[in-house]
Amino acid sequence: MSEPSSHQAPRPADPAGTEEASHLDKVIASSYEAGFVTAIESETLPPGLSEDVIRHISAKKNEPAWLLDWRLAAFRRWQGMTEPTWAHVHYPAVDFNAVSYYSAPKSMKDHPKSLDEVDPELLRTYEKLGIPLAEQAALAGVAVDAVFDSVSVATTFRGKLAEAGVIFCPISEAVREYPELVQKYLGSVVPQGDNFYAALNSAVFSDGSFVYIPKNTRCPMELSTYFRINEAKTGQFERTLIIADEGSYVSYLEGCTAPMRDENQLHAAVVELVALPGAQIKYSTVQNWYPGDEHGRGGIYNFVTKRGVCHDNARISWTQVETGSAITWKYPSVVLKGDNSVGEFYSVALTRNLQQADTGTKMIHLGRNTRSTIVSKGISVGRSSNAYRGLVRISPRAENARNHTQCDSLLIGDACGAHTFPYIESRNPTATVEHEATTSRVSEDQLFLCRARGIDAEKAVSMIVNGFCKEVFKELPMEFAVEAGKLLEVSLEGSVG
Amino acid sequence: MLEIRNLHANVQGKEILKGLSLTIGSGEVHAIMGPNGSGKSTLAAVLSGRDGYEVTAGEILFNGEDITGLAPEERARKGMFLAFQYPVEIPGVSNLEFLKASLEQVRKAQGKDVWDAVTFMKKAREACTKVNLDQAFLKRGVNEGFSGGEKKRNEIMQMLLLEPALGILDETDSGLDIDALQVVAQGVNSLRDAGRSFVLVTHYQRLLDHIVPDHVHVLAGGRIVKSGGKELALELEEKGYGWLKDAAAAG
Repeated sequence: MSEPSSHQAPRPADPAGTEEASHLDKVIASSYEAGFVTAIESETLPPGLSEDVIRHISAKKNEPAWLLDWRLAAFRRWQGMTEPTWAHVHYPAVDFNAVSYYSAPKSMKDHPKSLDEVDPELLRTYEKLGIPLAEQAALAGVAVDAVFDSVSVATTFRGKLAEAGVIFCPISEAVREYPELVQKYLGSVVPQGDNFYAALNSAVFSDGSFVYIPKNTRCPMELSTYFRINEAKTGQFERTLIIADEGSYVSYLEGCTAPMRDENQLHAAVVELVALPGAQIKYSTVQNWYPGDEHGRGGIYNFVTKRGVCHDNARISWTQVETGSAITWKYPSVVLKGDNSVGEFYSVALTRNLQQADTGTKMIHLGRNTRSTIVSKGISVGRSSNAYRGLVRISPRAENARNHTQCDSLLIGDACGAHTFPYIESRNPTATVEHEATTSRVSEDQLFLCRARGIDAEKAVSMIVNGFCKEVFKELPMEFAVEAGKLLEVSLEGSVG
Repeated sequence: MLEIRNLHANVQGKEILKGLSLTIGSGEVHAIMGPNGSGKSTLAAVLSGRDGYEVTAGEILFNGEDITGLAPEERARKGMFLAFQYPVEIPGVSNLEFLKASLEQVRKAQGKDVWDAVTFMKKAREACTKVNLDQAFLKRGVNEGFSGGEKKRNEIMQMLLLEPALGILDETDSGLDIDALQVVAQGVNSLRDAGRSFVLVTHYQRLLDHIVPDHVHVLAGGRIVKSGGKELALELEEKGYGWLKDAAAAG
């Protein structure tokens, strides 16, 4: 059993120590490029949470009665639950009645049938974020579902995907068009009462993506969803459901950004993945929610439940690059239910300024010969706090289960913290569970070696950080690996003397 | 090439260099010798612009330009190169990646062509051969897991590629076996020409058997207390530094 460990950056002993802190401070000064607000008229529910609000959301989406009942049941469970406090994060209590639970651009009321009917201001927003929605301008080979506050504004390449039998649409549409699939799988991986935030999401969820890949089909394109929070004082509660039928393959990526605001905003999502026998799901996240300013004002509270279930011979890989949010509370997990199934978790979490992240994974080994791999890279900068929390559970039935966990922390500056909380529960003597952890620090000596070779401090830090993350970046789809590398560069950008 | 005028420098508030003056002409090789604690490594650090070393008086001119206040990367881009006494490891950043970034910055600043990938690889392999490093080292993390000798050879390899106008070697010979010492010396000697100068900071005479200096200076108490030709190094080898310390105190 591994012990939790914590590292505060040690004070450097070299004579240049004090200089270094000030130098690094400059390097890590933040900039956030996605911080603009789209000026658009929205229809926003007044803040507050009640059964009426839930009925209203459900009515807005023309939902069938079973789903309204499902939401109301979740709400009742949520009312009896309390906010979890075990994570290594600190923040004032969230007033759930000060949040608006539904906001949609007015122009979306008419349910635009094609991109031509979508408000150009919305399209410009995505263009500015580097996600052109017009298919001819889009990244070849990537279909996008664009979610703006509580609604999906467009989903590209649906025609091309339909030819392969792939369903890729907003979940609110799937509820109406494919009710049998949604009803069968919604809540099957993350039950309504799974945890406080999952229960809240189940009660009030708005848009997210729905994916179904038919048997023995390799999804012909990368699928991606881009989440944007725009309206002030609203929360985003998306729900994503991906079903990969027997022998199929899909690679899915999500990205997210929000404007810079002084108030905190809430994001509580649920993602459920179902990998039926022999199926493979690769799920990648580039999370860049507004992280707050250098004084810790504002930023998104990101409380997310992501879980997948693997049937026999199936494989689920989670890859995440987490650079945003004031608080990240997120543990993408895999239930290895079927024999010979494989779960993977590759994570880079960067925290700077006063950001706090408590992230990791759960690998639940139920089937025989199940394997899991965990690679977590935490980078703490400034006064931030970065925690890895991971559970590896081997059930009595999981003969020959294997897990390998590697958990590395990189400290930049001398006021940040890195923490590791591994939980290992093995109930089968044939299982092999390995855990490795390292903590290192970008030192003044390393920076000086780079600078003495003509490489400025900013580029040097960026090279070191990218080198540290290489193992995870190689798991991302190629187009996005470049994006992720750039994101870390942007995140470390600053005015260096 | 390099002119140091009345240089005073502090480390953590303590004065280490106390009025050091030195002129190095183009094409010359100068050895700076001296007992431990005389300020040799401080001089190398101050010349390269390291943070934490405060120049309180005097100036450093490089090709006629006052560089006393310049950042280390700016000095490097002007053609100064410091070979480290203890090169640090940068895990995860490959030697190739590091060299590429370095060469790009330096060559761009000097108005030279930035090598394309093919030329770069060819030059990097050649440089490896010259310092007797296996090419596999190019793909490894910078100095990661290198032995002491391999780290020093890696420094010389970088110098060969960067072709600096002024190379400063800070006790590069310390801890080297004779083979590695010869590799280092060959690297320096192959770069010697009328337009390029070297400062060799060393404690021992033996490096100077392989790289023959034009001038030898003895640093003691933060000042140059004696200068001479290559024969001075031999004299020091024979007599030690004690007699010069007395001279410094008297002077």
